[in-house]
Amino acid sequence: MLLSPALAISAVLFTLGVAGVLLRRNAIVIFMCVELMLNAVNLTFVALAQILGMGGQVFVFFVMAVAAAEAAVGLAIILAVYRHKQSVSLQNMNLLKDG
Amino acid sequence: MLLTFFWIFGVIAMGSALLCITRKNPIACALWLVVTLFALAALFVLLDAQFIAVLQVLVYAGAIMVLFLFVIMLLNLGRPGPTDIKGPVGVLAAVVLAGALLLQLRVLSAAQLPSSIQLPAGTVAALQQQQGMVAAVANPLFNAYLVPFEIASVLLLAAIVGAVVLAKRKL
Repeated sequence: MLLSPALAISAVLFTLGVAGVLLRRNAIVIFMCVELMLNAVNLTFVALAQILGMGGQVFVFFVMAVAAAEAAVGLAIILAVYRHKQSVSLQNMNLLKDG
Repeated sequence: MLLTFFWIFGVIAMGSALLCITRKNPIACALWLVVTLFALAALFVLLDAQFIAVLQVLVYAGAIMVLFLFVIMLLNLGRPGPTDIKGPVGVLAAVVLAGALLLQLRVLSAAQLPSSIQLPAGTVAALQQQQGMVAAVANPLFNAYLVPFEIASVLLLAAIVGAVVLAKRKL
């Protein structure tokens, strides 16, 4: 049965995505790490769909649609920020920080 | 045999994900992420989700990653420069927090599913044999999940309009 290896790989991929978000400062790379986390969850959905029914595969559909929408809007926001600040580093985005 | 292939592609996925989060150049990150997505598509095939695997290659590795590479090249981020990886304290914090999360996820995935919610073994495989790969996904999508499907189309429309409004200099 492939369920437990799939869940193990999915857990590691999700953790790597979280580690990437914590590790990087480049907004686009952080965005790619979020996509990695979404994919790890997709793997869980597909693995569990084998024993819990096709609903899991349908949900992968919805996750992909949301990820596509998120990528389009998020990259547009990054473009707008870059036009404003000439940088995509999160270090330079401290408008709401005090002092 | 199946398990061996599963672990081979799993190790490829995990290794390229690790390279993706540690490479300095954003283009290298994006290309390693593409490798991860392809390996995940292979895992989907091994998990009897061929249609999802095709979508993974078309939508993720194709459309979404091309969008990412477009933006990286549009902003000219591929040129060599200072690294964006945080210093030693940041790396330590990230490793510790990620390790704690991994531990929690391992405990969570070791939990036993109650047998009352599990389908009898081979039900999904029989359904796919009987209806075909695409129809087995399409039937629940257009019956039980019809309302979420329509909501997803509205979400995509909103995303298109939002992306145009945000990225355009002047409307």
